[in-house]
Amino acid sequence: MCLGVTARVVKIDGKKADVEFDGVIQTISIAMTPEVKIGEYVMLHAGFAISIIDQQQAEETIEIFMEIKKMMEEEKRHERG
Amino acid sequence: MNEADLAQWFINEIKKCKRPLVFMEVCGTHTMTISRYGLRSVLPDNIRLLSGPGCPVCVTATRDIDMGIAFARIPGLILTTFGDMIRVPGSNSSLLRERVNGRDVRVVYSILEALEIARQNPSRQVVFYSVGFETTAPSTAFGIMEAKTANLKNFSVICIHKTLPNALRVLLDSGEIGINGFLLPGHVSAIIGVRAYDFLAKEYSIGGAVAGFEPNDILSAILTLIRQQQSGPMIENEYRRVVKEAGNEAALKAMQLVFRPCDSEWRGIGVIPGSGLMINADWQEYDALQRFQVDVGEPVEHKGCACGEILRGVKLPDECTMFGTVCTPENPLGPCMVSGEGSCAAYYRYR
Repeated sequence: MCLGVTARVVKIDGKKADVEFDGVIQTISIAMTPEVKIGEYVMLHAGFAISIIDQQQAEETIEIFMEIKKMMEEEKRHERG
Repeated sequence: MNEADLAQWFINEIKKCKRPLVFMEVCGTHTMTISRYGLRSVLPDNIRLLSGPGCPVCVTATRDIDMGIAFARIPGLILTTFGDMIRVPGSNSSLLRERVNGRDVRVVYSILEALEIARQNPSRQVVFYSVGFETTAPSTAFGIMEAKTANLKNFSVICIHKTLPNALRVLLDSGEIGINGFLLPGHVSAIIGVRAYDFLAKEYSIGGAVAGFEPNDILSAILTLIRQQQSGPMIENEYRRVVKEAGNEAALKAMQLVFRPCDSEWRGIGVIPGSGLMINADWQEYDALQRFQVDVGEPVEHKGCACGEILRGVKLPDECTMFGTVCTPENPLGPCMVSGEGSCAAYYRYR
């Protein structure tokens, strides 16, 4: 029920916006995220954007994953050594 | 690095923990992710994952299902609701059965569609039967505000929304299950924020991790909960790309404007004080319960159905005698088998 999908805002018209998800354009409400800008990604639930996706945080998550990768490689090297 | 490597790393780290630990997830979408990706089978035996009351459809009381059915029977009325709701059996019918019998029951994806149906049918009453946790409740608040702005006279809402924090409190107070940590719901938290769960750590010494919905989000949150067994319980946000510390201000404001807290009946748990939302007096012209009088008798629960115990985490789905025999997704007897997010349906589909 609380399922959400990530969609990209392509047009804003007052409290409504067109978002693109999986190649399909859908009109949604941005009443909960009035500060959203064109090009940003939102979490879409039941016709409403419930959150603007924080690209910086998303990238930091990737960075954390990269750090883990480094640790893994070091562990492997250690095992071989 | 690819997702599979990362998952393997998380699993290896998790396996270093030898203590028996029980973590509960309280979000139907987490239940689905865990079952779909077979996460239980890759975890060591000492780490147990329990599903709590995280599926709004499943925790809706039989009495409230019966009420929706009574509304569907009002002549000329159009009843709209989310797809998950229509197959849930009430005492002796379901919304789907009512539709087969000629009642006008329509599935919508959003309250915005229900508003559109009201605009297109000005001579008919359109009622939106609304369930869901804090993820969904603000959309109902905004929908009601939009109905007022548009001066829609034929639109109202049956508000069955529930809020999560007090339900966690009641689960812990019951003492039925020992829990070492909570996987906290990502999208509920996008609305209510992270600090709403601080009482878990402060009052119950149980930590939590707000988690997203990818397999690695779940594994990473499990690892966080394991590490908290050493570092001490706290509420951590592992889904920062979507969940802000303070939640969604505009959504919380709208909910405060249109709703007020009320006691609410949860299937399998009973009435939980302050765990429901009802429409404020200022907005009561949009409250279907004020607009219509319906007669609902005492609900009849299905004998042998263990949904109640399953929702409290006391039993696993396959410990119910009806599971997979007389109760299947094709012919569900209990709500946990109806909704795709129900523990039983998730167990059944991916076992």
